[in-house]
Amino acid sequence: MSARTVAVVSAGLSVPSSTRLLADQLAAATVEQLAQQGTDTAVRVIEVRDLGHDLVNNLLAGFPSAQLSEAIEAVTGADALIAVTPIFSGSYNGLFKSFFDVLPRDAMADLPVLIAATGGTARHSLALEYAVRPLFAYLRAPVVPTAVFAAAEDWGGDEQESTLRTRINRAAAELAEEIRRREPRKPAGPFALSRSFEELLGGE
Amino acid sequence: MQFGIFSVGDVTTDPTTGHTPTEGERIKAILTIAQKAEEVGLDVFATGEHHNPPFVPSSPTTMLGYLAAKTQRLILSTATTLITTNDPVKIAEDFAMLQHIADGRMDLMLGRGNTGPVYPWFGQDIRNGIPLAIENYALLHRLWRERVVDWKGKFRTPLQSYTSTPAPLDGVPPFVWHGSIRSPEIAEQAAYYGDGFFANHIFWPKEHTQRMVDLYRQRFAHYGHGSPEQAIVGLGGQVFMRRNSQDAVREFRPYFDNAPVYGHGPSLEEFTSQTPLTVGSPQQVIDRTLSFREYVGDYQRQLFLLDHAGLPLKTVLEQLDLLGEEVVPVLRKEFAARRKPGVPDAPTHAARKAVAAAAQPETGR
Repeated sequence: MSARTVAVVSAGLSVPSSTRLLADQLAAATVEQLAQQGTDTAVRVIEVRDLGHDLVNNLLAGFPSAQLSEAIEAVTGADALIAVTPIFSGSYNGLFKSFFDVLPRDAMADLPVLIAATGGTARHSLALEYAVRPLFAYLRAPVVPTAVFAAAEDWGGDEQESTLRTRINRAAAELAEEIRRREPRKPAGPFALSRSFEELLGGE
Repeated sequence: MQFGIFSVGDVTTDPTTGHTPTEGERIKAILTIAQKAEEVGLDVFATGEHHNPPFVPSSPTTMLGYLAAKTQRLILSTATTLITTNDPVKIAEDFAMLQHIADGRMDLMLGRGNTGPVYPWFGQDIRNGIPLAIENYALLHRLWRERVVDWKGKFRTPLQSYTSTPAPLDGVPPFVWHGSIRSPEIAEQAAYYGDGFFANHIFWPKEHTQRMVDLYRQRFAHYGHGSPEQAIVGLGGQVFMRRNSQDAVREFRPYFDNAPVYGHGPSLEEFTSQTPLTVGSPQQVIDRTLSFREYVGDYQRQLFLLDHAGLPLKTVLEQLDLLGEEVVPVLRKEFAARRKPGVPDAPTHAARKAVAAAAQPETGR
């Protein structure tokens, strides 16, 4: 079996958090989809809450701590990303955005992403489309068509079986397909040069 | 190996007293600090170049020209000279003039600057930062080596039959360091020309500096200038000392916590563990500094940042006493004892003049 890696960024603030619960279900569904194709998948979960101080320090001092650096490399070197945030004031929360603000330039390019969010009511669900999806468009990361929103009510009764579960599986299948279509990802070295010095001297 | 200090030239309020020096006071303080560096036995003083408050050193060769007259041994340098927004023709002239005035006791470090608006203020575009650094230096390099230059590039008006005056002293172009925090193109540029590479070092974890210096060393060898170990490397460092390390931490903490660069971010303890900043006794500074060569190899120049973040002049002069009396003499001895054979000395005008004379006895301008 070939081995792939999926990184999960979960920006829930409480412990336990429904954001993490949704993230885990998306990761499990993606692993299941890939397993059906004979692909073994390792999942690496990053709880952004654990990196809160390191993120602010990076924003203010300009470099990541060892722990944050390791998390950044886990995301940018993965074959795909599942990014899940609670919706705050109509958008992703600040911690979630801070994580993507400190990534090296171009580090997310062509990295397939599944976006998901949690919120109190379904009225916030379109924040995924007008706030979260454009963030990854800016980072040049392809986002799968199905975005998954879980409101408080989705965690109860028959609703989860009928709609949330369906959407999780559909999104996971889309992400698994994006992983399958690509070669295993090799992150570029931090100091890789794309042009020779002669080309730079020639003004290319 | 050369030891010295580099000054950013910030005017910052002392957080412990609320006192803010005037620009005039700060400029005179920098001149006092530079002369003190020679007095305590250091080898190099380097000034920054900035074009926006709260920084005062906008005109480095004016400052260094004054210091050339006031000092006898000190090498006068920059950290950094903006190769992006200065006209390379004016850099060639200004620093060749300084070289004559200082009898060769000078070199310079080129950098791209860290302030976005400086580019448009000087008629350039920050998106051209790297192409400007490369094209401008290609011209500067020729102006110091060819008597008459015809030149055409993208960024500057063309030159026909141009002669930069004065020509470099003894026909030896000033030594150039290329300074960079995170751009591999600049390490590549330094390697291509066989120039020095100065890693800022002080704002990043050592793994970052190690990779950058290693890249420069490998490319220096690739371009045929010698083995990787023969490349010319300089490092920044940042220290605050008192005889008792707890006194150093107690005294420096308010300056650290309110410093413009990293204040209100990482704690002093986090920053000292993650970067080369060392706050403690002279012995701690000696031990930490000696550890640098373990990850960058034997190197030629160590510059320390001492005067920043609102530290009063009196305190900075006390730091220089400790550096000159207790730290640098030990570092000279210990680095020399550890240095591998074949590692070149730090560049000086006299040594480069001797090499040039041996290589080309007939030339001269």
